[in-house]
Amino acid sequence: MSEPILKIEDLKLGFKSWSGMNDVLHGISLHIRQGERVALVGESGSGKSVTARLVLGMLQELKNTHVSGRILFEGQDINTMPARTCHAMRGTKMSMIFQDPTSSLNPTYPISVQFTEVLRRKDPEITRQRAREIAIAALTDVHINNPERVYDSYAFQLSGGMNQRVMIAMALVNNPTLLLADEPGTALDVTVQAQTLNLMSNLVEKHNTAVLFISHNLGVVREFADRVYVIYKGNLVEQGPTEALFEDPRHPYTQALLSAVPRITGGGIPDIAETSESFGLPLVAHAGFSEKELLS
Amino acid sequence: MKKIFVTLTRNPLSLTGLILVGLVVFAAIFADFITPFPDHRGAVVDFLNFNQPPSWTHLFGTDLVGRDLFTRVIYAYRISLILGIVVLVIAVPIGVSIGLLAGYLGGKTEFVLMRMTDVFLSIPPLVLAMSVMGLLEPTLANGMIAVTVMWWPWYTRLVFNITRAEKEEGYVLAAEVIGASKLHIMFREILPNCVPSILTKMTLDFGFVILIASSLSFLGLGVQPPTPDLGSMVAEGARYLPDSWWLTVFPGLAILIAVFGFNLIGDALREILGVDQ
Repeated sequence: MSEPILKIEDLKLGFKSWSGMNDVLHGISLHIRQGERVALVGESGSGKSVTARLVLGMLQELKNTHVSGRILFEGQDINTMPARTCHAMRGTKMSMIFQDPTSSLNPTYPISVQFTEVLRRKDPEITRQRAREIAIAALTDVHINNPERVYDSYAFQLSGGMNQRVMIAMALVNNPTLLLADEPGTALDVTVQAQTLNLMSNLVEKHNTAVLFISHNLGVVREFADRVYVIYKGNLVEQGPTEALFEDPRHPYTQALLSAVPRITGGGIPDIAETSESFGLPLVAHAGFSEKELLS
Repeated sequence: MKKIFVTLTRNPLSLTGLILVGLVVFAAIFADFITPFPDHRGAVVDFLNFNQPPSWTHLFGTDLVGRDLFTRVIYAYRISLILGIVVLVIAVPIGVSIGLLAGYLGGKTEFVLMRMTDVFLSIPPLVLAMSVMGLLEPTLANGMIAVTVMWWPWYTRLVFNITRAEKEEGYVLAAEVIGASKLHIMFREILPNCVPSILTKMTLDFGFVILIASSLSFLGLGVQPPTPDLGSMVAEGARYLPDSWWLTVFPGLAILIAVFGFNLIGDALREILGVDQ
């Protein structure tokens, strides 16, 4: 089997503060292969988003962070890589989609300008005409009916769902090998979210992009991901294939997380303990899905 | 741009401002054609007509050496406007750049730049300008330098505060993620979002720059005679109050009109562009 696109080994992160180190990640290991869709699930503050920031190499530069472990992206360690090299990979080999598509687009520029910026990351010499052609094609790919109009619009003239599609088109237009999706569409309503997720799902399949899908929305994860890692307070607590993990959650935290999902049939908000001794139990890997077995 | 202009003409207050400023600018530009005695802006002496009260030949009267006051007020506008433009053209980019750097980079850069700005802000503006003028020769160019030195920190503060809020916005993160450089993010992403506030402040400030420059020359620290200047004209005439009232009142009114006009436009712009200060 080929080497994974992204391999994180025993990643630890701490923020220095006046009162000493504030540890956020306690050594997590995960990997993603080409074309694989992997979800990282956890509650707010569990360390999902900082993991994505670390993969992008955006926290290592800061003075008040302490990072250890390895983040191998295409065989190179992002933690020890010079800032310039890491910088060059952002927007070309890695890209990211955010929660709120509308605020992710600068209100003072039309989509066209921002799309051209993205394309320039890969080809600095690109002409405006060529950029337009590529962008229109990309917008058509995300099922936008009148790409010409959208291309010349400002973000605030478009709906949230439309902006989300634009963001997806922009994120994939440079054919990145890794796409980080940080709770995409959480700010959108569920129907639009479902549509855009479908789109994204089809597109990453077409481009064979590896996806790290960060979410707290278990329903979405179940539909989208091939494999799931559950993270709790900076520790991975359970990992396995999506189906098995949802059918048969083994770690007490995962069980609590799954039972916390509100049911459409009612029955009130489930009563969940804020914290429990058992949530701190070590990582449970489903048979054949531990890091060791998968990477051998 | 056109929309903003149309909205400005709708409101009676801002329309008044537009008309006042329009008159001042028009008069300053075409001073050579609309003033009855264009050569009176310089060192001309006409003792036959000295210290005349307003009449049809001399609308604002004449000064102590017989020069037409109306002519001199119009030419003084020209000096004031040039001064206002030069001061803002120099002070705004400096202030804005420092504010962006401090706001976006944070940390030590912020500490050094903002404390330096605070030092400038803590000195009363007129005192600061006076001390700069005291060190330099009292000429128009040095007057501009003095006012510029006291003006930029206000823009630094303004832009610093906006930048701090804007840098948390999603589009800044999105730009960082696609690998945009820091300079690009500061000047291409954040700066356009500061423009409404900067523009409003500039319009409001234009009047104040004229006022401060006049105050300086009132104290004898600005433009030197025989170049006409509103502030020094008021100062000169003040000695002959109340008998030769026109020597003070007309230049004073001229200052009022210009400052008032720019303030009205500035206030209206603030409302239209949705800027809150």
